Amino acid sequence: MNLLQVKNDIWVRVIGFRGGWGMQRHFMQIGFLPGNTARIIRTAPFHGPLLVEVDDREIVIGRKVARHILVEEIA
Amino acid sequence: MRFALVGQPNCGKSTLFNQVAGYKAATGNFSGTTVTFTETKVHVQGKVIELVDLPGTYSLLGTNPAERVVLDYLVSNMVDVIINVVDATHLAQGLTLTLELLELKRPTVLAINMMDEASRQGVHVDGEALSRFLQIPVLPIVATKGQGVRTVFSTAYTIGKDQTNAPRQLYSPELEEQIDHLKNLIAPVRLPIGSEALALKLLEGDPALIDQVGKKIKGAEAEIQKAVDTLCHITGRQAVWLVSKERHDLALQICEKVYKKTKKRLTLRDRLDDYLLHPFFGYVFLIAILFLFFWSVNKVGGVIEAPLIQLSDYLDARLLELIGSEGLFAQILSGALQGFMGGLAIVLPYLVPFLIGLGLLEDVGYLPRIAFLMDSLMHRMGLHGKAVVPFILGYGCNVTSIMSTRIMEEKRDRFLSALLSSMVPCSARMAIIFGLAAFYLGPVYGVGIYILNIVVIALTGRIISHYLPEDSPGLILEMPVYRFPTLRTVTAKAWLRIREFIVEAWPLLIVGSVLLAVMNHYHLAQITDVIFRPVTWLLNLPPQVGTPLIFGILRKELSLIMLGQALGSMDFSQVLTQVQMISYTIFVVFYIPCLATLVAIRKELGVKAMGAITAITLLVAVLSALIVRLVATPILG
Repeated sequence: MNLLQVKNDIWVRVIGFRGGWGMQRHFMQIGFLPGNTARIIRTAPFHGPLLVEVDDREIVIGRKVARHILVEEIA
Repeated sequence: MRFALVGQPNCGKSTLFNQVAGYKAATGNFSGTTVTFTETKVHVQGKVIELVDLPGTYSLLGTNPAERVVLDYLVSNMVDVIINVVDATHLAQGLTLTLELLELKRPTVLAINMMDEASRQGVHVDGEALSRFLQIPVLPIVATKGQGVRTVFSTAYTIGKDQTNAPRQLYSPELEEQIDHLKNLIAPVRLPIGSEALALKLLEGDPALIDQVGKKIKGAEAEIQKAVDTLCHITGRQAVWLVSKERHDLALQICEKVYKKTKKRLTLRDRLDDYLLHPFFGYVFLIAILFLFFWSVNKVGGVIEAPLIQLSDYLDARLLELIGSEGLFAQILSGALQGFMGGLAIVLPYLVPFLIGLGLLEDVGYLPRIAFLMDSLMHRMGLHGKAVVPFILGYGCNVTSIMSTRIMEEKRDRFLSALLSSMVPCSARMAIIFGLAAFYLGPVYGVGIYILNIVVIALTGRIISHYLPEDSPGLILEMPVYRFPTLRTVTAKAWLRIREFIVEAWPLLIVGSVLLAVMNHYHLAQITDVIFRPVTWLLNLPPQVGTPLIFGILRKELSLIMLGQALGSMDFSQVLTQVQMISYTIFVVFYIPCLATLVAIRKELGVKAMGAITAITLLVAVLSALIVRLVATPILG
């Protein structure tokens, strides 16, 4: 599943990405490395972006971007 | 000797830079404040050192033009010492860039910044262990307070003098093999970054460097591709991915040994964000904060403006009484007086509180929060939340906002946000809104113009993005922690712009006023008035305002200061009707960006974009002012 399908406050593990190299590199730079855990802290209203905690940082990512991040639930 | 400050976004490089250079580089608590490099000369141990502050970057592979600046600078300039600034609270991330910098094998100092914030969060960094591991000097600093800064520079000087090159860390054998292979191939290419770093950059597929090497060595491109393919074959990964991953893994390994967190992070930020980013109250706070901001500016400015305007008109009347109003000399003196008093009475009273307020918002870290809340609205005008940064900076100065469009990855986004943010009323136009509309018609009109401005910008964005469909991936922005702004950085930052106004704009205001006085005396202004006659006719404005509008393109303040000169009084209620004041203000808010902004647009986006933005803003200005005039006439009479 992708990050957009995850509910708030649920910890998930990053497993991969969709999209080109430029985008993938950018994801890694901000801490979305495969294996890292992430959770959605809150979402902005009106179909706004997500505030995500990953790698001890808080990152704002748009919904379109979030769809490119593939994650799995931590059992 | 030349030192370069390199580090990730929002790690405090510019704050460190300003500690030694005086306030020269802009700072703020959000990523991407620095988009180009600033150079200065500093004295270290009696020697003159060139110091350069480079934009924040996550890696040396620029994903946007601001980040690209860093690699380009390091590739083409000989840097004697790299001062790598790392945020102690994000050590692992920071070290990823550190490892990449070590590949350059230059003398390197690692400055661990924000040690105060780190200890508040229960973070402990073992600098000595880190130094042993990386074999470079590692020094703790608190850049905002200047702690440890002197030691960083004296250490940098010592290792620069001794040419103590930092060793790089070794990666996996497969990767090292390809580095070795390419190193021999590219040996004839001499660049300041050294052959191993160059080999890595080629493996990572940097298009500019591959091109550069390909031109010098025949068949190099094929060899590089072969190395990339070999790596991919052995490891099953693209080289660029592999290299990033190895750096990151190594950084994590190091971090595990030297970084300890004893207690959980304080939740002040979470608690504050629960309110400030709340789906409903977040917007209430946003409106309240912005309202409070503009209300205070208006209040403070109004209290100072009123007596100064009276003084100005009194002095002018006395002057003309004293030396007679007819002669050229008297007109020139009167013009100079009006230019001087205009700056003092109308611009500065609003500029000073405005810049201090904006500086506070920037340093606290509220801007990225606005980006979070406004992202969906920004999508409606074809942009994403990152464009909030140029927008908000635009309220200070449009030149800075145009420069800050570099933080966006797509050219289309840069053009659209440059166009829209150039319509954001900068502090000069803010003075016109407050000094003219709000002062004579009441603060409600001031606020109304700001709201109208946002509506018009949103509409324009919507229409333009219809022709330039959005294809950018969207918003990716780091949310910084809240910081207490220091009085020193806020006042220093405000002073940087106030000084610019005093040194660059104010003399121009006086010269402009004098010039207009001379033109009036010889009835020349009537000729220049004709250029804007279609507009002034359409908006039912006196023809004499045409010349101030032309000069207003040079400096926006001129369109107000020269208005007094053109109409013969600084007390505008005597010479303009209320409707005229509003339509004039609205027109000035939108029409053609000032000369400095136009130059910035040309530099960032090219002549075509500059022409397009000029035409679009003029059209928008005429339309909005005309509509407002037609609506306001029956109400205000």
